[in-house]
Amino acid sequence: MTFGVVVFPGSNCDHDAFHAISRNLTWDGERCEAKFLWHAEESVGDADAVILPGGFSFGDYLRCGAIGKFSPVMRAVKRFADSGGLVIGICNGFQILVETGLLPGALVRNRGLRFVCKSVALRAGTQASPFTSEIEPGRTLQIPVAHGDGCYYADERTLDELEAEDRVAFRYVDNPNGSLRDIAGILNRQRNVLGMMPHPERATETLMGSTDGLAVFQSMAAAIACRTPLVR
Amino acid sequence: MKARVYVSLKPTVLDPQGQTVRSALNGLGYKAVSEVRQGKLFEISLNPGVSEEQARHEIDTLAKEVLTNPVIEEYRFELSE
Amino acid sequence: MSALAITPELIAQHQLTEGEYQKITEILGREPTLTELGIFSVMWSEHCSYKSSRLHLKKLPTRSSLVLQGPGENAGVIDIGGGYAIAFKIESHNHPSFIEPFQGAATGVGGILRDIFTMGARPVAVLNSLRFGPPDDPLAGARNRRILEGVVSGIAHYGNCFGVPTVGGECLFDACYNGNPLVNVFALGIFRKDEIFLAQAAGVGNPVIYVGAKTGRDGIHGASMASAEFTEEAKQKRPNVQVGDPFLEKLLLEACLEAMRTGAIVGIQDMGAAGLTCSTCEMGSRGGVGIEIDLRHVPQRESGMTPYEIMLSESQERMLLVAEKGREEEVFAVFRKWGLDAVTVGEVTGDGLLRVKDHGTVVAEIPNRELADEAPLYDRPHTEPLRVAPIDGPAFASQDLGADLAAILASPDVASKRWIWEQYDYQVRTNTVMGPGGDAAVIRIKETGGFVAMALDGNQRWCVLSPRQGAILNVAECCRNLSVVGALPVAATNNLNFGNPERPEIMAQLVEAIEGMGEACRFFETPITGGNVSLYNETLGQGIYPTPVLGIVGLMHTPPVTIDFKAAGRTILLLGGIGEADERSFGGTQYAKAVLDGLWGVPPALDMDFEKRLQAVAREAASSGLAESAHDVSDGGLAVALAECTFGPAGIGAEIDLDSDLRPELLLFHEGPSRVVISTARPESVEELASRHGIPVLRIGRTAPDRLTITQRGAVLVDREVMQLRESWANGLTRSTGLA
Repeated sequence: MTFGVVVFPGSNCDHDAFHAISRNLTWDGERCEAKFLWHAEESVGDADAVILPGGFSFGDYLRCGAIGKFSPVMRAVKRFADSGGLVIGICNGFQILVETGLLPGALVRNRGLRFVCKSVALRAGTQASPFTSEIEPGRTLQIPVAHGDGCYYADERTLDELEAEDRVAFRYVDNPNGSLRDIAGILNRQRNVLGMMPHPERATETLMGSTDGLAVFQSMAAAIACRTPLVR
Repeated sequence: MKARVYVSLKPTVLDPQGQTVRSALNGLGYKAVSEVRQGKLFEISLNPGVSEEQARHEIDTLAKEVLTNPVIEEYRFELSE
Repeated sequence: MSALAITPELIAQHQLTEGEYQKITEILGREPTLTELGIFSVMWSEHCSYKSSRLHLKKLPTRSSLVLQGPGENAGVIDIGGGYAIAFKIESHNHPSFIEPFQGAATGVGGILRDIFTMGARPVAVLNSLRFGPPDDPLAGARNRRILEGVVSGIAHYGNCFGVPTVGGECLFDACYNGNPLVNVFALGIFRKDEIFLAQAAGVGNPVIYVGAKTGRDGIHGASMASAEFTEEAKQKRPNVQVGDPFLEKLLLEACLEAMRTGAIVGIQDMGAAGLTCSTCEMGSRGGVGIEIDLRHVPQRESGMTPYEIMLSESQERMLLVAEKGREEEVFAVFRKWGLDAVTVGEVTGDGLLRVKDHGTVVAEIPNRELADEAPLYDRPHTEPLRVAPIDGPAFASQDLGADLAAILASPDVASKRWIWEQYDYQVRTNTVMGPGGDAAVIRIKETGGFVAMALDGNQRWCVLSPRQGAILNVAECCRNLSVVGALPVAATNNLNFGNPERPEIMAQLVEAIEGMGEACRFFETPITGGNVSLYNETLGQGIYPTPVLGIVGLMHTPPVTIDFKAAGRTILLLGGIGEADERSFGGTQYAKAVLDGLWGVPPALDMDFEKRLQAVAREAASSGLAESAHDVSDGGLAVALAECTFGPAGIGAEIDLDSDLRPELLLFHEGPSRVVISTARPESVEELASRHGIPVLRIGRTAPDRLTITQRGAVLVDREVMQLRESWANGLTRSTGLA
């Protein structure tokens, strides 16, 4: 089972995601694999899932994620998602997904105006997704955030729609950035694309202080394992 | 020819930076200030020989497609020699 | 060559003395051109040549069996085993951070990161040591807060975007920094020990390649501003402040490491202070060769730049490298992939000269070795160190020791620095095992399975009372911070922040601090593998206290032990005992500062041999798993150390009884060295361990729920709720500063 980790110029959690998958994630007794996908590539190759990692793609100089969306690999990621492939955007990856339009809303400056790095408590908003199926209802996850622009914004109608369609994947227990309705992560309508600001890849080993992030990747592995192979 | 593209947050979107500037200004005694909204200004120089019509079309497109995020931002622009 | 006459005024504007100018003409055998004068002035500046300190820096130990690279390269390198090595160094960006806090601090981070990856190492940790004027200073408070906010966000901006975790450091406040804040940044990188790159040119005919940002008129030597060659218009164009671009630096990092793997790179150096000048002549000098470049090939951001400006520009995010002739295309391909400019600007020659051409015309021709290595060396006069404090302090008697404890916990020096470090991404790269807020920062090394611990320490209050003793105590404390988490201190880097060395009483502070540091580093077996000297930290005749900052790295094989008590009912031990104290050695403490608003006396005494044995006990207690928590006793003394142990997530308090004749203020708050507080479920084993090393251990109490109670032979000194103390400590910095 292979996870493709996209590398944009300025990605800096790419190695972390790679490490989390290839060293800390097992499925059915087997270690999962990770491989890097350079942003200029036109295809995601044989990846079973795609991770858009955190960082500052293209320096985040125009808006966070605004330039990354034009990279060739994003066309491939879009095709992959359209055909049902699992895509998770973490932090900057989430920002790229909303810029691309694969997910609704926007991520704006933290309410406190400062970058914030800390471990936060999260609750899964739904178990009905390939990213949260392995998270027992009611369980609180300790997963770090590290961002300056992580305040989730969308208009009321979009927010209502997200809730009505059970697409809020994660909520903050104690909102660190002013996100509307405490939203930390959302799903697309087909439920195969997740964007989240917290970093599950940073919580996959006891040494890092938490292993709660593994549940997200284990859910993905479970979904991939029981799915019929995709037509690429 | 030059273009100036002004990008600002939509009125419905919260602007914590603008609010902070406003409260700082009020605190400094600028009592006339009631609201501050912060935005961005892009100054774009165009190649010689570009017609105004061409410029208007291109700037409008790039402002819409690249410089702004329509979910939260809006823009206007002006051209000058 | 420029026809501009070199006048005495022009020489003075370049901050060169008559004697230095004489030496220049001797080296050249003629008068220099303006460009050459500029080149000499930056290479022979205090900043680049260490002309005031070099003589004394030789007294520092620099070798051990682990040191692979000592001072003289971009960073020191030590062997960490398993085929891997770490490169690390500390550097200051004090003056730029005062002028423009955000960009000054940001470019400081950028500079030290380049020093690390220039050697081929991937930066994996940054720490910083900061000094500001008090945020609540009645006159300068607002400015001090602005500088603090700017520096912190500048460090965060650069480090976070670059993708290196800022894992720790220290931050202290004192009025002596009102006009001279200090920003010292430490960075550490990892690489295979057989893949170290040096900043040396070699191979006559090999191409010299320029990579990275274009050259602009950034930060050109202040002295040159008045030079006749510059028009008013040119001056207006020249930005005073260098602006950092962490994204470009991130691309440079990835591209440089990838280019190094091609095997086509011979030598590489970053362009930091004195930019193109320093990188060309130092690489030539180290390699014993010449370098010839033509400035027309140098990518330029602005039009009409003179050779003088191009050679002296300090534009950021640039590198110079020497590649194997014929393999340029391999190197260029890597930089193209990362979207970076890379151009051949010249070649290595066999004549030992730095030859600079402008469109074919020679504008400077200087022997490399003389320029780089024969800078003037001064034995500046030094007398007795400047003394600003009395020997004896005021009489004092506490009304409420619990309130004093709360006041110290809330004072900016001791209070939690969470407001600062939460703005830093301290976890990226997922190696941070112990982040900010611990006695030391610890990262794991994925490649070897081991751990590297790092600590920065400086105590200007001790150092102003006695530069020599203060420096010795600094080394001891820094090593102790590593030992309590379980690491063996193995090597150091230093940043010497002082005032004007032309004043004999300031020069004496520098000399004594270096000698003290040398003595202690020799004793604790932590050779200094590199560092930085920052002099002239004076504004309007007001200098800083002598502030030598140590960065020490340690190695360990087990995860670190943390400060906080883990469970109630454990035995609390004080390794090293209560220690000795009197009123005179109490004048440098946080109690004297926060409660009595005073500074007097002498620093506490230190028995280095005792300290070393104490650290061995602490280290073994940590690495063997005997210690459930460990914390060194330093700022604020025993009471503050105990309080800090209660601030963990579990909120476990303690019941302490101290058997001592000391008066209560001294007993609770003296800052004598060689003491560590640990909690353990197996006190006998720790006692047995300590007795093997001849170290006294006191059972001073037990962990208990919710309250911190300290008695002296049964008489209550402090009895407070943990929550209440924690509140003082957690919000102290923001409350006293108005920082939101």
